[in-house]
Amino acid sequence: MEELYRQLASNLNHVTGFIYPNEVELHWGLLVVIYPYVTGLVAGAFILASLEKVFRVKEVEPTYRLAMLTALAFLIVAPLPLLAHLGHPERSFEIFLTPHLASAMAMFGFVYAWYLMVVLLIEIWFEYRADIVIWSRQATGLRKWILRILTLGSMDLSPQSVRFDRKAVHAITIVGIPSAFLLHGYVGFIFGSVKANPWWSSVLMPIVFLFSAIVSGISLVLILYYVSTLLRGKEIDMTCMNKLASFLFYALVLDLSLELLDFIHRLYESEESISILRELIASKLFISLTIVQIILGTLGPLAILAIARFSNLPSELKRLGYLVAAGLVQVGIFSTRWNVVIGGQLFSKSLRGLTVYKMQLSGAEGLFSGLAFLIAPLVILYILVKLLPPWTEARNRQVEP
Amino acid sequence: MREARDSDGAMPSESQGCPGPGATGGSAAPCEGQGPHRREVLLSLLKLPCSLAVLSAFGGAPAAEEAKQEAYDSSAHYYGMGIQVDHCIGCGRCAEACKTENDVPKVPFFFRTWIERYTVYEDGETLVDSPEGGIGGFKPQESERRVFRSFFVPKLCNHCDNPPCVQVCPVGATFKSRDGVVLVDRDYCIGCRYCIQACPYGARYLDPRTKTADKCTFCYHRITKGLLPACVEVCPTQARVFGEVHSAASPLRRLMRTSTLQVLKPYLNTEPKVFYSQLDREVR
Repeated sequence: MEELYRQLASNLNHVTGFIYPNEVELHWGLLVVIYPYVTGLVAGAFILASLEKVFRVKEVEPTYRLAMLTALAFLIVAPLPLLAHLGHPERSFEIFLTPHLASAMAMFGFVYAWYLMVVLLIEIWFEYRADIVIWSRQATGLRKWILRILTLGSMDLSPQSVRFDRKAVHAITIVGIPSAFLLHGYVGFIFGSVKANPWWSSVLMPIVFLFSAIVSGISLVLILYYVSTLLRGKEIDMTCMNKLASFLFYALVLDLSLELLDFIHRLYESEESISILRELIASKLFISLTIVQIILGTLGPLAILAIARFSNLPSELKRLGYLVAAGLVQVGIFSTRWNVVIGGQLFSKSLRGLTVYKMQLSGAEGLFSGLAFLIAPLVILYILVKLLPPWTEARNRQVEP
Repeated sequence: MREARDSDGAMPSESQGCPGPGATGGSAAPCEGQGPHRREVLLSLLKLPCSLAVLSAFGGAPAAEEAKQEAYDSSAHYYGMGIQVDHCIGCGRCAEACKTENDVPKVPFFFRTWIERYTVYEDGETLVDSPEGGIGGFKPQESERRVFRSFFVPKLCNHCDNPPCVQVCPVGATFKSRDGVVLVDRDYCIGCRYCIQACPYGARYLDPRTKTADKCTFCYHRITKGLLPACVEVCPTQARVFGEVHSAASPLRRLMRTSTLQVLKPYLNTEPKVFYSQLDREVR
């Protein structure tokens, strides 16, 4: 507690103008930045995966299973930073037991459970079921037993049952797309519906969140596909990479247009908050918004993608360009989340002053803990990939219907 | 915790949703003529769980305490506060009394109530400050600039009729009681801080000791005993007027009748029950 008081006293020295006395403590820190970032990756990866199943975009097929496992790995981690951030994590189950239905946040548990249980797990199970049955016969040791349990006793490999699996995957994907929209649109709503905060309060917020989620999901799967293929010493499918790059480019254009619309709309309406928000953008958010989010994270990747995709560069250069662009997009989307969550708390609701956020290194809300929450999904993904290889060559062609 | 327990204790049957006489009166009408005792039987059946709840809630309490708590009927009250801005001298006694009465951390980052000083200079610029939340009073401005006008504005939770903090609480730990007071159940709050984000007035904080949201309760433990909130009690100029919003005999009602009142941020439709007279347009 003494540490908190010392920190707050030091924050007080960085306050400009007037803030309400209770606003010296900034309430949602790094962990609440990570939550929408990770959830966005889940929704984005799933929507990319759905392209292959629902819209029959055959080019991205090599990434389908990888995208599904990525979505699952990140979804498992998604609620953890929120949980760690709570003052009383041991009471979090009350959200499920006695949800206050008027609260946007109370819906979190249900949206999350729906997405995890009904959409992701079932779709992955049907997608892998036939392979799991065959692998469980070939594998040895612990993996054999895990795979055997994962079959859930359904060992039928007849053409009819495999056909049924395919149909089920298709049906769940159709339910899954609106669910993915719901998952991340909902996260945007949590912020967009706070009328007390002019930086958050916008009907566009869920839509902007959604498109930035699609952008981040596609770029993450592109990076994972590229790196994993290289590490396995396999040939990179350039048709797939080109298609991913095209989708990333178009999604970025849409995302940027929406952000611009939001920006211009605020500027044109010029409500009473406009002067403090202008000051915020010009001072405390200048680096994270103008430099990192817009220039480095959006315009940069757009230019690189446009050059790499629509020119006659050799394949090696092209995909290197894609990789750099996708990496920059990740940095850009993370700073987008930062600018929403932290940016929305840097100005006083009296609209008369700005405060400061100082990230700690250690502690539950510190940098190290944040990094752990970002690395954890990759560790889970590694385990999932070992258990259920998503690679094209790992499939058992003999069970294709 | 005292105030939350008081509130729970004062209205156990109401919070359970048991219908009172008013609720059953209308629905019982069609039953008339169908049997002489049916209404009474139904009513007594409805009252049974309520009576059990009351009995079990007060089972261990001393008889005197029980009588006192039952005497307070939250549905018979509807509280609000009036602030006469031109009466406030910025002495800060209210903020200090509040911290003492409610055991608010003494460091200057947590306040249930505080005072803001507005200094409007000749050139039109307005400076607002609230050192230590106004506790200990305000030192004179040392600026050479000519002051056009200056005034103090006490701030506190507005106990909104349409409270955004209550709307967003994921578990319903913060609630509006029947007497219109917005309270936090410290034993239920999960510490997500969404309510703090949703409050447009900066009236909430997270108590660092309990890690739960906290705010002004109108000194609920006092008002349910017929006392005034601590800040109102100590104000030397009667800048704060506490009372019933609807009762004709209340001092607040009198202020409402004789003054032109305003609320903070009315465009947000939170419908505050803290009313300001002589409020300047500079105040947000």
